[in-house]
Amino acid sequence: MSRRNFAAVIFLAIVGVFLVFAALMTHPFGQFNDENNPEMDQYIIDNTQNETGADNGVTAVVFDYRGFDTLGEATVLFTAVAGVILVFRRLKK
Amino acid sequence: MRGMSRIVKTVTNVAFPFIMIYGLYVIAHGHLTPGGGFQGGAIVASGLAMLLVAYGSIWVVGKIKEKHLPVLESVGAIGFIGLAFIGVLLILFYTSYPASFFKNFLIGQDVIPIFNEIGKGLANINTAGVIPLMNFAVGLKVIAGLFAIVLVMAYSTRLKEEK
Repeated sequence: MSRRNFAAVIFLAIVGVFLVFAALMTHPFGQFNDENNPEMDQYIIDNTQNETGADNGVTAVVFDYRGFDTLGEATVLFTAVAGVILVFRRLKK
Repeated sequence: MRGMSRIVKTVTNVAFPFIMIYGLYVIAHGHLTPGGGFQGGAIVASGLAMLLVAYGSIWVVGKIKEKHLPVLESVGAIGFIGLAFIGVLLILFYTSYPASFFKNFLIGQDVIPIFNEIGKGLANINTAGVIPLMNFAVGLKVIAGLFAIVLVMAYSTRLKEEK
């Protein structure tokens, strides 16, 4: 086994361990007030209309509370468009 | 890719305006009903992709100017980031303003009262402050970006003898 494959296996093991821990610590489905995040869901449900004025809570979270995340998403789309145009431009002529 | 048969073109002519109107409705009502800029932009771009399949990429490239699509996408991106930065820049004019990046500056102000509405049901489109404007910017960006991807891929893989 070469050195590069060895490093890849170690990295895979680390990622796998983190994935297993993340799966074990997941918020239980349909259960609102557990000990891991006691207040976040209920805060969004209660205060979205008064703080952002939006009736759609999902859009309020995406564009207001987590707007920076949407900026990253838009950057991903821009990168995809730039990459596709860069790859396919050579075939035009 | 050459265009398809007359049946497909007729069905496309009937269905195309409804897809456009539905996509623009999803963008414009993003803060009220399920959907938003990304989803509505994907609907509009899929309608344009249907036009591309039915009529062929050469016809579509002849109808539009494809250099305008990156301009539209850049306008959407600049509008989105600009709306985010206005929330920071308002501290220059109002010193006690709680400014931050992505601040919803149209809610809770008295200067422009039309956007200053708290959500009152699914019929009021002038609620939610800056969120509809960001929805429009992101929708423009997604329409132009996805249609540019589909158009470039279809036009550059066309057959040699169709030139």
